[in-house]
Amino acid sequence: MIPLSYYLVFAAALFCIGLYGVLARKNAIAILMGIEMMLNAVNVNLVAFWRYRTPDLIVGQAFAVMVFAVAAAEVAVGLALIISVYRSRHSISADEIDMLKW
Amino acid sequence: MGDPITLIAEFIRGLLTGWGFSSGLVTLILKFLGVGAVASFVLVLDILLVWVERKIVARFQDRLGPNRLGPFGLIQPIADVIKLLIKEDILPEGADKVVYNLAPIFPLATVLLLWAVIPMAPTILGSDVNIGVLYIVAIGDLGTLGIIMAGWASNNKYALIGAFRTVAQMVSYEVPMVIALLIPVILAHSMGMQSIVDAQSVWFVVMAPLAALIFLITSIAELGRAPFDLTEAESEIVAGFHIEYTGMKFGLFYAGELLHALTVSALMSTLFLGGWRGPFVEQAPILGVVYLFIKAFFVYYVIMWVRYSFPRLRIDQMLNFCWKFLTPLALVLLIVTAILDKVLAGAATSVYILSNLGANLVIAWVTVQILVTYAKRERQRVGQEREIASFRKPEVEELIAQEVVK
Amino acid sequence: MTPITIVFLITAIVTLGAAVMVVTARNLVHAALWLILTLFGVAVFYVLLSASFLAVVQVVIYIGAIAILMIFAIMLTRRVMQDTGPTVNQGWWLAALISIALFGGLSWMLSTWIGFDTNMPQLSQGADSLQQLGQALVSPNAYILPFELASVLLLAALIGAIMIAWERK
Repeated sequence: MIPLSYYLVFAAALFCIGLYGVLARKNAIAILMGIEMMLNAVNVNLVAFWRYRTPDLIVGQAFAVMVFAVAAAEVAVGLALIISVYRSRHSISADEIDMLKW
Repeated sequence: MGDPITLIAEFIRGLLTGWGFSSGLVTLILKFLGVGAVASFVLVLDILLVWVERKIVARFQDRLGPNRLGPFGLIQPIADVIKLLIKEDILPEGADKVVYNLAPIFPLATVLLLWAVIPMAPTILGSDVNIGVLYIVAIGDLGTLGIIMAGWASNNKYALIGAFRTVAQMVSYEVPMVIALLIPVILAHSMGMQSIVDAQSVWFVVMAPLAALIFLITSIAELGRAPFDLTEAESEIVAGFHIEYTGMKFGLFYAGELLHALTVSALMSTLFLGGWRGPFVEQAPILGVVYLFIKAFFVYYVIMWVRYSFPRLRIDQMLNFCWKFLTPLALVLLIVTAILDKVLAGAATSVYILSNLGANLVIAWVTVQILVTYAKRERQRVGQEREIASFRKPEVEELIAQEVVK
Repeated sequence: MTPITIVFLITAIVTLGAAVMVVTARNLVHAALWLILTLFGVAVFYVLLSASFLAVVQVVIYIGAIAILMIFAIMLTRRVMQDTGPTVNQGWWLAALISIALFGGLSWMLSTWIGFDTNMPQLSQGADSLQQLGQALVSPNAYILPFELASVLLLAALIGAIMIAWERK
């Protein structure tokens, strides 16, 4: 049998790898990928807690569905922003987009 | 009375337990054998489909088709396979080796995965998940991933543009397809495929013909077949995302496309035409497989008929058709079906069936009226007298009028 | 070592390995493909946790929509076919340190929690989480308000994304 600790440690590891991706990578899309991994880690945590602690209350899964919707909305807007920035600056490297207007 | 497959499974289980394997291991071995059996059956059927396709297209085009190799040309597909196997296997320069080699696997593998949830008889079913319908949508998504990998890894701009267009078309047409798939789910009150077939004492195509039509159209668009085959037609973009593929890798794409067509036909017959239902199927469950395949081949024939009868659509016409026509129609149909389901919750079955059929016909008639009005307006707009775009002075006009009179 | 534990360990190793490849891959399209493998691994975890609907929705939304959208965005914003230059910025060692410290801190804090080692309770026989979830999302006593707000959010994101990415001549 798999105790809850396995899932929690896995989710923590996935979250920290995503955090490294957000903090260390230069390309804006790679940063977005790190954010997606963090959201997935949070979701795994939610569903693991639902399954192990309160399997008869469905609120864990409902919350996870909300996180799906929010993640999808955020990726859509984020990628639209990135494409718009690429059109004017011709670069999506996070350390080259550091001037407001020239 | 059981069916042959269950009898064979029980026999093997008895044999293996007699040899001393634990019951968990025996179940695992049986499941692997089942997977192998279904996959082999479907892949062999795929080879037959190559022959069926070529013969039927030939007859539609008033010619004979392959008839040299074997009786009625039945050995032709084997010759095709041998030809593909002995071709040179190229890797284009600058192509990404891992992704290029991995990409052809996805379309064929995902189609094989779909056969796990299609119920072939009351007792023969790969896996009875209670979210079967959503599983179909999910696996379809994995197929589009293979296409974009193929297009990008070929290091060829035509392949990339073709892949973009194909994926745009497939992702757009998924929206009305999912909405049309929800209608049998509402009518059967369950998402599991076996439950949907069990609930079809009256076939769903009678209760929701418009939903069946929308599902058929969107599935043909998902397959990438004519009239939606702009993305891979030879006269348009030189074969699109699979330009750089030769030999057996192209064979995987081609076989995957044909098998996808048959799988979609089997899905449509399961969801709308009653699946394995037919006379005497309770007594001899193996007949369920026969009925399912008869219905699947009938729908496959309709898909081929559509392919060889309609001209190709342009990409903007295709996307307009999806977003401005199919999606609102599917949404309206979904809302009406859901409302009818709630309102007639306790009514008799015949009332339910007739009201659903009536609602579908009313929506279809209203749609046709709207289309007729739109077409009339378009024709008037195009055929109007318009100002000729030239600027002539009035004196010049008089001179010209005098010339004409003379 | 029950079969379930073996499946869990294999999936966890594959998912975490793919996640590490996402953040260290030089070629962005490769990073996107590793991300797809990570998301698929998380879907397998949902199946292990008896949340089958969430597993399929994960594949449909994340892999079928979000990952394909990211691949499109990557292909539309490339200057040259190959990436050159460092993929990490100057303070990457500090980021790695923070991540490892956070992971250690989270694991330690969770291990001091009393419920850390609970085992999986049996699901009651008639429970159908799919039906419960459906009813919870549309019932006025349950979560219809967050559900409707999520749909408004998606509509706003849809309109916003189109307006932002619209090419103005």
